[in-house]
Amino acid sequence: MSISRRRLLRNTAAFGALAGAGFPHIWIKNADLAHAAGGEIKVGVLFSLTGTTAIIEESLNKATLLAIEEINAAGGIKGSKIVPVVEDPASDPATFSEKARKLVVGDKCVSVFGSYTSASRKAVLPVFERQNNLYWYPTLYEGRECSKNVIYTGAVPNQQQDEFVPWLIKKFGKKFYLIGSNYIYPKEENNYCKKLLEKYGGEVVAEEYVPLGHSEFSSVINKIRSTQPNVIFSTVVGDSVVALHRQYRAAGLDPEKMPMASLTTSENEVAAMGGEAAAGHFTSAPYFMVHKSPENQKFVEAYKKRWGADKVTHFVSEACYFQAYLFKQAVEKLATSDLTPPNIRDAVKGQETIAPQGKVRLEPENLHTWLWPKIAQAKSNGQFEILVEAKEWLKPVPYAAYPGQSCTEKGLVEKS
Amino acid sequence: MDQFIEQIITGLSIGSILLLVALGLSIIYGSMGIINLAHGEFVMLGAYAAWVFHSYLGLGLLASLVPIFLVVAAFGWVIERYVLSLLNNRPLDTILATWGVGIMLQQAVRLMVGSELRYVQLPPALSGSMDVFGLSVSSYRVFLFVVSLALFAATWLLMNRTTVGMKLRAIIQDRSVAASFGVNAKRVYALTFAYGAGLAGLAGALVSPLKSVSPDMGTGYVVDAFMVVVLGGVQSLAGTVASAFILGELSGGIAFLQNDTVAKALVLLAIVVLIRFRPEGLFTARVRA
Repeated sequence: MSISRRRLLRNTAAFGALAGAGFPHIWIKNADLAHAAGGEIKVGVLFSLTGTTAIIEESLNKATLLAIEEINAAGGIKGSKIVPVVEDPASDPATFSEKARKLVVGDKCVSVFGSYTSASRKAVLPVFERQNNLYWYPTLYEGRECSKNVIYTGAVPNQQQDEFVPWLIKKFGKKFYLIGSNYIYPKEENNYCKKLLEKYGGEVVAEEYVPLGHSEFSSVINKIRSTQPNVIFSTVVGDSVVALHRQYRAAGLDPEKMPMASLTTSENEVAAMGGEAAAGHFTSAPYFMVHKSPENQKFVEAYKKRWGADKVTHFVSEACYFQAYLFKQAVEKLATSDLTPPNIRDAVKGQETIAPQGKVRLEPENLHTWLWPKIAQAKSNGQFEILVEAKEWLKPVPYAAYPGQSCTEKGLVEKS
Repeated sequence: MDQFIEQIITGLSIGSILLLVALGLSIIYGSMGIINLAHGEFVMLGAYAAWVFHSYLGLGLLASLVPIFLVVAAFGWVIERYVLSLLNNRPLDTILATWGVGIMLQQAVRLMVGSELRYVQLPPALSGSMDVFGLSVSSYRVFLFVVSLALFAATWLLMNRTTVGMKLRAIIQDRSVAASFGVNAKRVYALTFAYGAGLAGLAGALVSPLKSVSPDMGTGYVVDAFMVVVLGGVQSLAGTVASAFILGELSGGIAFLQNDTVAKALVLLAIVVLIRFRPEGLFTARVRA
């Protein structure tokens, strides 16, 4: 009996696969070594550079790269350079998931920094959970998530609204008009807002959602006129924000009597709509470009120097910047041979860093971040004026709107 | 009662924006039979032209309307001359070609001026509001309403009272016969396409103070424009006007009673049902063929 080449190949392959399955330890060990091969630490950078949300994600890509360049220029992490692998997921959740798999499985990155929208985060989640890798998510979001494979450095609803809603009631009155784009983020934020309104004696005169990308707000403005709220509580996102503000102004409504209070309008959106259209409205966020601190001054100057003097920093790009430093601190604690995503996650728990917004801390329980809530008013020069600053940092409570549930180190726990 | 009138006015305002955007498409699709998927990108180019004139040359929106029309019309002329005229009588290829042109225009703008959102200043004279039937209405929206009707009138006159319009109508009826009478079909087509593109550019410039300006803004407008033209009946200018205002009132009204998400879905559903039973649209131009 002769052994054909094909059969030999097949048998060898089968044996190899068996060996791989039988002794996974060998393979995983090799993968570990690859993570820090040749004094390089590979990380993925996954922000859209094309497509609808490229408008904002481009700035997140830039802030992430700036932080990585700074860390490398200062000698890297214990002598190893961070090597960013940049991919463009083109604002499309399916592409996000495909590129995430490429970064994690193909490039063997130890962590990936990425995503702006909740849809794209949800799309990559299975990849990171299956591969037990780590995703660093810088955006404020709706909470209600408890993954062991995501480090959340943006604000959750309690960190944006706990101070904001009572302040608005006290200053303007208790009638709120809730308007948002039609997807999960605005609905969850409004769920929490309604809870707070109930607690502080506020009242919802209307709750309304417009399609994503919607740009005709005249009927909404008519409804606002006829319901006469004290505050328009807005979670409208993307280019709709611009249309809403510009049409609000063209309709002759007055921000002094009926201001918009937003969780999503940052310096970036203000630059897009023009300072005049934004002037007088309010935003609650942990960071504003005008915040006075030596760290922020350094961040803003470095950002402008690297990417152009006309560029702005905002509350999502700031989180991109400081989360890269949190990553550095976590990796510093580990021996090169221990450099795996789960170890990085354990090392980052409880880490603190002085971010541009103030000192932040990664909460070990739920992997969200302690932040400094601020309330600011937009001005016609395109910047904000900070009116209220929290005296203490605020704990992240991703399940604030759901008293029966809480996120712990063991995962989601249902309280009885 | 006030609320009712307010809502009617809102509908007219939405309708006038739809009419602005659809007018150029109505000419190109209705007269030349070209399904121009790059129409939204002409709108986008107009909006960017307004932004460029404003931020680099310091021209106000009103002063730059004529140059914007000319610039975008020139674009249209080039595209007709060097792409579409080479694809005569191949409708499917034309759809693909215009789609490709649209993508190229989008990416070109993105590469040249970046993907940030831009905005265009409201003309100061029109930034206030004025009294219409005892209600305060944004002056700029009233201005848009007047301009859209004026552009419609100009287009109607051009089609029905000028030699170029007559030649175009002759070509629509029978191209070879018209050609044998000495009508230069190529030239008339190029001019018509350029005119349609110029109108789209104007529409983009005019809506830019109310909406955001971005490289992919055209996508939404091209859908709106096709809805208006198909509902109104291809080849019927008056039909385009009527359907623009019907759609404006409908979507404004439903949005007021329900919300914009429902309005969008219901309006689309209504159009689909209507097209099922009246494929030629609401209004049809009677042409002896």
